[in-house]
Amino acid sequence: MVKQKARYLTLEEGGFATLLLATVVLCLIIAGRTFDQVLAFHAGVVAVASAVGAFYIFRRYFDGEKLRAPLEIDGKPNYNFGPVKVGAWLSVFWGIAGFLVGLIIALQLAYPVLNLDLPWTSFGRMRPLHTSAVIFAFGGNVLIASSFYVVQRTCRARMPGEILPWLVVLGYNVFIVIAGTGYLLGVTQGKEYAEPEWYADWLLTIVWVFYLFAFLGTIWRRREPHIYVANWFYLAFIVTIAVLHIFNNASLPVSLFSTKSYIVWAGVQDAMVQWWYGHNAVGFFLTAGFLAIMYYFIPKRAERPVYSYRLSIVHFWALIFIYIWAGPHHLHYTALPQWASTLGMTFSIILWMPSWGGMINGLMTLSGAWDKMRTDPVLRMMVVSVAFYGMSTFEGPVMSIREVNGLSHYTDWTIGHVHAGALGWVGYISFGALYCLIPWLYNKKLYSLRLVNAHFWVSTLGIVLYICAMWVSGIMQGLMWRAYDSLGFLEYSFIETVDAMHPFYVIRALGGGMFLLGALFMAYNLIMTVRSKESEETVADTSGLVAAE
Amino acid sequence: MDETYVSLANFAQTGGLLYFMAVFAAIVVYAVWPGNKKRFDEASSIPLREDD
Repeated sequence: MVKQKARYLTLEEGGFATLLLATVVLCLIIAGRTFDQVLAFHAGVVAVASAVGAFYIFRRYFDGEKLRAPLEIDGKPNYNFGPVKVGAWLSVFWGIAGFLVGLIIALQLAYPVLNLDLPWTSFGRMRPLHTSAVIFAFGGNVLIASSFYVVQRTCRARMPGEILPWLVVLGYNVFIVIAGTGYLLGVTQGKEYAEPEWYADWLLTIVWVFYLFAFLGTIWRRREPHIYVANWFYLAFIVTIAVLHIFNNASLPVSLFSTKSYIVWAGVQDAMVQWWYGHNAVGFFLTAGFLAIMYYFIPKRAERPVYSYRLSIVHFWALIFIYIWAGPHHLHYTALPQWASTLGMTFSIILWMPSWGGMINGLMTLSGAWDKMRTDPVLRMMVVSVAFYGMSTFEGPVMSIREVNGLSHYTDWTIGHVHAGALGWVGYISFGALYCLIPWLYNKKLYSLRLVNAHFWVSTLGIVLYICAMWVSGIMQGLMWRAYDSLGFLEYSFIETVDAMHPFYVIRALGGGMFLLGALFMAYNLIMTVRSKESEETVADTSGLVAAE
Repeated sequence: MDETYVSLANFAQTGGLLYFMAVFAAIVVYAVWPGNKKRFDEASSIPLREDD
């Protein structure tokens, strides 16, 4: 056995090990003292996860792994892609889980018997599980993984820390597990897209601060003097989500041993903060973060520079300045003063301009490479994604207008709008990024472009079925609710409107099922890509379709 | 109370308008400033750069 020179624990290893072990102790105390079974369960999960984390830190130390991986090897940056790989695979997993839960709740709406008459499987608990799984678990892991990839590549620098990036990726997924199991067990704040209770919020806050450090630290070390526009978008996403999350979850727990908490401001103030948060979750999580993906992966895949870098600068600043004001359009005809909802509506309409500026910038990046739309289904997926972005950012401002909102609010039209953005824009740009990332990370050729093509068509048809069904159903629903007879009575009872929606719910479930099927194609394709023996170098000459790494 | 509200609202509305327009104008000027052209043209192909 080779005798190894002993070394001290680094500050990073010692610090994180101390933090994790302190978390274990705290969680064990909470688990032992609480009468709340769900809190005991969650404290147990976090205690085990933290203990495993601390174990790996010490194992790494005693295995005598190098103090620090070198920043450069042979003058080339020694990128840290391990956490990126794990994040990418977790996003594939959570994506399929989230789409599946979505399909189940779509079928529950069409066939209520599928609620199974059990609290854990009822629509009310499954619905936040679906939204959080697709937005925060699928989307969040895509964003964390791609941001770590893009920021390292565009800064030509290795991420700081050996433990830190792992803690971000794995800690975030522990939060996902806590949040998701909490919903099924009936723990919720009842705030849309901010359902996790106070202790899960604290966990996310800590992980998010580490995320910000890891990202900023990479930019700090950059060897490329200019900070590329994608990094600006990622940074806006990280910083703004932190601010939104902290404000919207400013709640006090009943006690340290209870899952229940109360927000510090009540009533309409709470509503306004909630939708300031809610709409900027759309603006900064589902838009800014994925625009960063657009600004890196589309040029890279198309092998063309960004169409207009000047436009991207105006796009960035205009988008973030305007988005932050748009939230109150969710509160038309409520206790919120009318001037506030008018303000939100006005900014929503102005928002159309930067949104379409960004869309044009993404699409025009293909100028001179439009033929690749025909030959490269991955690029086609990303281009169609940007087209869906353009469509839903046109529909959104229209729906924010008070009179239109009077018809569309609380109807399926909203659901259709959200899914045009979520399936079309967020889903497709993420799939495109994953189809690029996995082959690049493993230095392999994508297993099958024909399968990508199949994924593209089956899910595009699924999206079209989904959104068309919801448009028809939503507008019908809105019109039925406001129909009066000649004597001034409501024409329809509520249950009649529900009954009329049944066929559209079935079509929607079909569309969602097709989208899920496409994602399964993707998972198979990506797994086979990694398992195949063909490396990128051996095939780069024979195929012009795949961007050479 | 009322007067405070009106004056505050006036300040916020007018000041906000001027502030945002000024910031927006500054950003547009920065983006189209001829001296920055070369830097931005180079930046637009950062994703295409390889390390070797």
